[in-house]
Amino acid sequence: MSTLAEILAALAVVIGGIFTLVGSYGLVKLDKPMSRLHAPTKAGTLGVGSLLLASMLYSAARGQVSLHELLIMAFLFVTAPVSAHFIAKVHIHRDHTAQELPVPPEDNVWATKNGMADQDDKDKA
Amino acid sequence: MSQRLMRWLFPHPLLTFILVIVWCLLINGLSLGTVVFGLILGIAVPILTAAYWPNRPVLSKPAHLGAYALIVMRDIVVANVEVAMIVLFKRNSDMQPNWVSIPLDLRTPEAIAILAGTITLTPGTVSADLSDQGHALLVHSLDAPDPAAVRDEIKQRYENRLKEIFE
Repeated sequence: MSTLAEILAALAVVIGGIFTLVGSYGLVKLDKPMSRLHAPTKAGTLGVGSLLLASMLYSAARGQVSLHELLIMAFLFVTAPVSAHFIAKVHIHRDHTAQELPVPPEDNVWATKNGMADQDDKDKA
Repeated sequence: MSQRLMRWLFPHPLLTFILVIVWCLLINGLSLGTVVFGLILGIAVPILTAAYWPNRPVLSKPAHLGAYALIVMRDIVVANVEVAMIVLFKRNSDMQPNWVSIPLDLRTPEAIAILAGTITLTPGTVSADLSDQGHALLVHSLDAPDPAAVRDEIKQRYENRLKEIFE
């Protein structure tokens, strides 16, 4: 039983490592700032998730049940989208004019660009 | 009277429950002392922070939240593999990154926050901005030749379910 759990833990470590590697590789390989944002959000979910799963399996195999990895996962899943959202907002704020983005279907303008129309015109002039 | 007392003691019953669980997970063990101290925190924290949370979000079908979490986890795994393939084997020049704007039927702020978080966690899409009145979500997609398909999938798969849960 404990051998099986250890094999599964090893497998989870390898899978987690591969996805984290792909995430980092994507950060280097992709060429546009918004595309690059996709890579680290990936490493944060499946990569780290599977490393933490390995940690839980390993401690279970050694007979000490440990579940606080679940907490790390929960905090990560709550905070990762927030930081990604902020990075995306900064990018929109600095590098895009309101005309480059699709028009919001119902309201007038995207929140980051609210009150920025004059600024965009000045930048162009 | 007792109802008012309960409401004063537990302004956010769900938050109390979550705090007890989080405390037990932090200690990484289950004993009477841990649960009691967790309960003390679970009662104190919501009372102290109640001023910042004037309203409780009302869940009309809280049971569906579990099913939603399972669907999202499955999608995270599937989509992670898909995007890893795109990153590894697709040339940058062949990719078609695109902005997708999603009109929102959801009105509850908590539900919109969960939807935005879900979109970012399921790889291939990152939620980037909200419109000024909060009626549309701007999403960036890594490889989307057809933005309308991405929009429809998000609306059907996630938004409809969240709408059932929250509204």
